[in-house]
Amino acid sequence: MNYFPDEVIEHVFDYVTSHQDRNSISLVCKSWYRIERLSRQRVFIGNCYSISPDKVIERFPAIRSLSLKGKPHFADFNLVPYDWGGHVYPWIVAMAKSKVNLEELRLKRMVVSDESLELISSSFANFTSLVLVSCEGFTTNGLKAVAANCSLLRELDLQENEVEDHRSQWLNHFPESSTSLVTLNFSCLKGEINLAALERLVARSPNLKTLRVNRAVTLDSLQKILSWAPQLMDLGVGSFIHDPDSETFYKLKNTIVQCKSIKSLSGFLEVAPYCLPAIYPVCSNLTSLNLSYALGIPASELIKLIRHCKRLQRLWILDCIGDKGLEVVASNCKDLQELRVFPSDPFGAGNTVVTEEGLVAISFGCKKLNSLLYFCHQMTNTALITVANNCPNFVRFRLCILDPTKADPLTQQPLDEGFGAIVQSCKGLKRLSLSGLLTDKVFLYIGMYAEQLEMLSVAFAGNSDKGMIYVLNGCKKLRKLEVRDSPFGDAALLADPGKYETMRSLWMSSCEVTLGACKALARKMPMLNVEIIDDSELTVDEALCGGAPVAVTADGDDKQKVEKMYLYRTLAGPRNDAPEFVCTL
Amino acid sequence: MEGGGLGLEITELRLGLPGATAVVTGKSEKKRAFSDLTDGDDDRKAAAPVAKSQVVGWPPVCSYRRKNATAEGSKSRCMKVSMDGAIYLRKIDLSLHKGYSELVTAVEKLFECYGLGEGLKDEERGERNKLIYEDKDGDWMLVGDVPWKMFIESCKRLRVMKRSEAKDLGLSKERDFLRGTFQLKDC
Repeated sequence: MNYFPDEVIEHVFDYVTSHQDRNSISLVCKSWYRIERLSRQRVFIGNCYSISPDKVIERFPAIRSLSLKGKPHFADFNLVPYDWGGHVYPWIVAMAKSKVNLEELRLKRMVVSDESLELISSSFANFTSLVLVSCEGFTTNGLKAVAANCSLLRELDLQENEVEDHRSQWLNHFPESSTSLVTLNFSCLKGEINLAALERLVARSPNLKTLRVNRAVTLDSLQKILSWAPQLMDLGVGSFIHDPDSETFYKLKNTIVQCKSIKSLSGFLEVAPYCLPAIYPVCSNLTSLNLSYALGIPASELIKLIRHCKRLQRLWILDCIGDKGLEVVASNCKDLQELRVFPSDPFGAGNTVVTEEGLVAISFGCKKLNSLLYFCHQMTNTALITVANNCPNFVRFRLCILDPTKADPLTQQPLDEGFGAIVQSCKGLKRLSLSGLLTDKVFLYIGMYAEQLEMLSVAFAGNSDKGMIYVLNGCKKLRKLEVRDSPFGDAALLADPGKYETMRSLWMSSCEVTLGACKALARKMPMLNVEIIDDSELTVDEALCGGAPVAVTADGDDKQKVEKMYLYRTLAGPRNDAPEFVCTL
Repeated sequence: MEGGGLGLEITELRLGLPGATAVVTGKSEKKRAFSDLTDGDDDRKAAAPVAKSQVVGWPPVCSYRRKNATAEGSKSRCMKVSMDGAIYLRKIDLSLHKGYSELVTAVEKLFECYGLGEGLKDEERGERNKLIYEDKDGDWMLVGDVPWKMFIESCKRLRVMKRSEAKDLGLSKERDFLRGTFQLKDC
């Protein structure tokens, strides 16, 4: 079978980098399986409970880079109680024990303790990269250990984590010999920072390309930092408020002009609109702009800024830019590929700022658009059909109408036809989130047309089990399905049990699924963990805080409805760290 | 048109202000929350249904972003509150209150000293206690003189003071709060 020595094949495999491709080549024959597994350095595990750390290390002893995801996606919206799980500690312990030469760790929605961070910093001499996204459980003390002990650290990237500030002065703990930083992102930290220590750190890091600071970093500190790092490509601004007539501000403007490499701008966690003109000089080079955390910038200022940004490929913005503002985006940003419009006032009345009109304008102007997250107050079928015709390249399409069961205001019809047009036109669609008034019909369309769909999010949609069955039958590449408050029940859940082994996970909450059906599914499919989470005793306020609900067992009446069910395929069996309120059937 | 339990509640017409329907507490009510809210609500200018914010996880804005989007500056405004004669300081978060009356009620509850409200409205009458605050410049001011938003920004701490002492301190009633600073545009 093999005409070449192993080393040659291994060398060829080095060029195969995507996880899916490497998984495929490992299936060709035993010999390739062996060569592949011994040479694999990067491993991605989409569900940390799908396999045990020991099994991963056993199969891939040369692992250097590990990516792990923990909690289900709906945990972002407080639907998963706080102590559900997703702890990284057992993984660190296992890798430390097996003397894995870990260099990179990327975690999403996991619980990371200070102990874990300390163990990382003391166990892996070649550790270079830590990326934490939407994680929690650690404090600035853990960061202190990483800063102090990871002498080769190149990347510390903290994105949207909940971090407790213990006034640890963690930044001071980067030793003077630490000069290797390429990425430093601490924008999510709430506490104070020793500004002088930060300036010194930047000054001795000639390779620094990405720097995203938190609110504690003032404008005049920013000026000093930028003067040390004109090579920056990605800048996240903290506080951007100053007297525009001051010398500091004048210096800042001059310093910014020197930063000719900045392609990505974000942050502005605190900003005075009249300070924004200082960044106009870098706008013409920007490919990525994230102003979604910059509260208080009026639409007129946003529009003025956007007019300078002709090369934007990614734009994250608040809906206060308005439909008119989106028209300006459409006419200025011809290279736009990704647009996210967030609600500036999620519970507000409807200072209706962004509607279907803004999206339609974008679709006419930005033909390269392939990724959308759009919060709006209303949507029409006509608009969606227009968007589908204008932009057939969508890979991710997530629409959130703030009133989730709102019909098309022009026709009072459901939005089935609009979303149907999207899935029919966008043949490469991988991710879809629905909202608005929707019947089973939209799911029929999805099942028929969304051949590449991997992830579907459903809320307050559908009429009957048929809806979910259309999707399970039709979407051959489906990996994740998450459903809330929709009338899908036992018939849907049990229609095709084998399907779930081809998927990563299924989440169903506030649907019509009963305990009996969950038990039946668990019995039939031993390779699935079927978890039920019962937090129906919580008040809404407690749920919003992720409060700990009561214990749940499998002994209840089979006919009772299950409030939350999360099932996933696994080789590891029922997990041993499930809290009281989670019952694996 | 009567529903009959087929999920047609969504089409049921109802009289009454939006938001006047059930506040969600139990799980069975959660499912119907949005059917209650969509009664005849296709007017773009309709007032905000209060109950909407009670449904967990909607709109699907991730909790990190939600926390950062509350209150301007997104900082909780935790203030120490002292009362003459009380041993312990208490703390109060100004960002949780929408105005002076709520604040006064909260302080009254903390120290069980009632009658603060009267102290605010009329200097001459009123009970023994007054609520004062220290501002960014270190001056002690009477609570209630400046617009609420301005107060939140400038307040450093609060004090419940005996009325007789308040007079002696000669609290300045008015001051030019634009003095020496540029005014941030009200965005």
